[in-house]
Amino acid sequence: MHSDAFDRYHHGHSLIHDLDPRVKVVVTVAFILSNALLPDAAWLAFLLAWAFILIANALSGLGLGFTFRRSFIALPFALAAITALFSIPGAPVMSFRFLMQDFTITDAGLLRFVSIVIRSWLSVQMAILLVAVTEFPKIVHALNHLRVPTILTVIISFLYRYLFVLTDEVMRLLRAREARSAGAAGKRGGGSVMWRARVVGNMAGQLFLRSYERSDRVYNAMLARGYKGELMTIHPHRFQAGDLLIGLLALVCLVLMQVAGRLP
Amino acid sequence: MHYSPVALHIPDGFLSLVVSLICWAITAVLLAMAVSRTNKSLGEKQVPLMGVMAAFIFAAQMLNFPVAGGTSGHLLGGALAAIVLGPWAAMLVMTAVIAVQALLFQDGGLLVMGANILNMGLITAAIGYGLYRGVANSSRNTKLAVAGVAAWLSVMAGALATSLQLWLSGTSNLQTVVIAMLSVHALIGVGEALITVAALAFIMQTRPDLLDETSASARGGRGWVAAGVVLSLAVVLLSPLASAFPDGLNRVAEDLGFIHIAQSGSGPLAGYSVPFFADASLSKIAAGMIGALVVLAVAIIAGRGLQKKTS
Amino acid sequence: MTDVVSVRDLHFSYPDGHAALRGVSFSLCAGDKVALVGPNGAGKSTLMLQLNGILIGRGEIAIGDMRLTRDNLPVIRGMVGLVFQNPDDQLFSPTVFEDVAFGPLHMGLPEAEVFKRVDAALESVRMTSYRDRLSHHLSVGEKKRIAIATVLSMNPSVLILDEPSAGLDPRARRRLINLLRELPITMLVSTHDMKLVEELFPRTIVMDEGLIVADGVTKEILEDETFLNAHGLEKP
Repeated sequence: MHSDAFDRYHHGHSLIHDLDPRVKVVVTVAFILSNALLPDAAWLAFLLAWAFILIANALSGLGLGFTFRRSFIALPFALAAITALFSIPGAPVMSFRFLMQDFTITDAGLLRFVSIVIRSWLSVQMAILLVAVTEFPKIVHALNHLRVPTILTVIISFLYRYLFVLTDEVMRLLRAREARSAGAAGKRGGGSVMWRARVVGNMAGQLFLRSYERSDRVYNAMLARGYKGELMTIHPHRFQAGDLLIGLLALVCLVLMQVAGRLP
Repeated sequence: MHYSPVALHIPDGFLSLVVSLICWAITAVLLAMAVSRTNKSLGEKQVPLMGVMAAFIFAAQMLNFPVAGGTSGHLLGGALAAIVLGPWAAMLVMTAVIAVQALLFQDGGLLVMGANILNMGLITAAIGYGLYRGVANSSRNTKLAVAGVAAWLSVMAGALATSLQLWLSGTSNLQTVVIAMLSVHALIGVGEALITVAALAFIMQTRPDLLDETSASARGGRGWVAAGVVLSLAVVLLSPLASAFPDGLNRVAEDLGFIHIAQSGSGPLAGYSVPFFADASLSKIAAGMIGALVVLAVAIIAGRGLQKKTS
Repeated sequence: MTDVVSVRDLHFSYPDGHAALRGVSFSLCAGDKVALVGPNGAGKSTLMLQLNGILIGRGEIAIGDMRLTRDNLPVIRGMVGLVFQNPDDQLFSPTVFEDVAFGPLHMGLPEAEVFKRVDAALESVRMTSYRDRLSHHLSVGEKKRIAIATVLSMNPSVLILDEPSAGLDPRARRRLINLLRELPITMLVSTHDMKLVEELFPRTIVMDEGLIVADGVTKEILEDETFLNAHGLEKP
């Protein structure tokens, strides 16, 4: 497998694709912030937030269900919130016995659990949409514009550039291990856990040294092209009036959602 | 492409706004210090080095080895990064890794990224470097042993911090989440420790110059030893306290006004007594372990399901 | 007329004591296209890093009429375009544009000029449409061409290439040869590809064990099979 599978960008031309990356990053973060601000059981607001995502999906030309289909990634983490079902005092909704233990789900607990899961599920969809409609280097540019320290955005750029090169190396190492880990018939191959851990540790050590040496060569390549210890970046993005308008419109929608979430 | 299920990547929605923002504030302060330190004290070569090393950590997290029953050991890398790069550089490197995981793969949220960086990047680096720095002048075997312990503790510290944040956010019951997280990560931490030690041994053998004592001490002052020891002690002391006597911590949190939502009710397994244990707190721990195993089983099943879908 | 590159009695030892260059002298005239051949460890790569001042040894190097010193390194690096063997080391930015812009940007050129340089450099390697592509999406052959563009954008007076044809399939190799032939610039190319040497370079420098053992007309050097074998080379 080639690590191109890492790419999350879906090429296209749409209103959302062509939006300034700064607007997209700000709106995404604001949307997630807005979700966190919504009180539990703000059903109307949750519904509006979902509508917001559906509209964004539609405008991006990726199809209404695009982010929905990819949104289950954070679901396993919902386990962490399961205890909320039982531990928040309220009227019992349902009781059952499991592992010789009585469980009582309370109404307040249920509301809290469902609210947490919905908030998470809405937030992750927005993040999915952001990388689907914005090439990653542009997101990094946006971060740079939004005053994230240059050293961090530069490290992120390098990480993005070399994650493809290094994960290919990992794939080769793992494939080489597989090719050599034949087991005798009827016996489980692979040695003890300690031995297997040492093999992986050696791989990590080897990968580290290769990466270290590569960083030397990259440094030379930077020096050869005039790098003097200070990194300069160039940003071909120009803020258009339309970008500002759409950004403001989105933020107004978020404010309306907050109002809706607080209606009695 | 799939990832090993590291339960430490908190998605958005699971931490309350207040907890998220407090964690972001702590993280931002530490990162600002790291940025100014690395800008000041380290050579210009540091930029490509940290960049490629971030890619290394990212790629190394994909290395895994089967342990038993479908689980696999793998690397988080915070302690290893801190030992080989020094604490400040490691913090920046881990931050970049966590940021890319969140931005590109939605592995971890954005609003909660401060917490994720704190748990997986900053605390792990402080423990990994601090403990290792304390024995930097000792024999090879001592250094490796301490590195292993530090790697294990760093994972446990990350898990404990994650649990506490979930509890303070009113998402999880303190006792359950602490026991579940710590028992899962006690295992994951063993994988972390084994890989970290083996990787360090490999580097010591092939490029000892990268790990020599002078460069190790040049990367951070003795203060790191204190920080590492204090954090480790906090893990060692807080973990049993939180899992066996959650009421005390709950009480403290309430008195401090941290908790908005009362969590005084019983956890899913609290109040239950396993027949073979007469002692109440022992049975509580046992109950927690059962809960943890259930959580682990579900996590593995869910993880496998996801793997099949994505690969 | 001054030589574009002149090197006199260059010595260099690595910190571990290994003497990589033991008195190297040669010069390149404007428009020269010269092959640099020799077995691995002959000192070719070390020599190339010297010409750009990444390694600094004993002896004299002049680019144009400017002597290389630590003080004028930035200027020299703009005049000597060094392309490394592995394009994954050379292309360290996420996008093609950023990589080609890196040189001019770090030379302190104004933004408008940087954009102009990028377009011109991509045009001369025939990769204009790749401007906004992501580096990791390129094939090896495309990466090699972009790598050349990343130094052409600095308008160098000499181009120094390390193993440009290594790892290329026949078609990509052919395209690269055509590109090197068309580029109107002085170049010194280190390679093991003797067919490439025969086809493209009128003059060849042979190095072995830190010394130049031959410097002359390619055709004559390639005729002498005993000489080639003595220095770990093969007749194409």
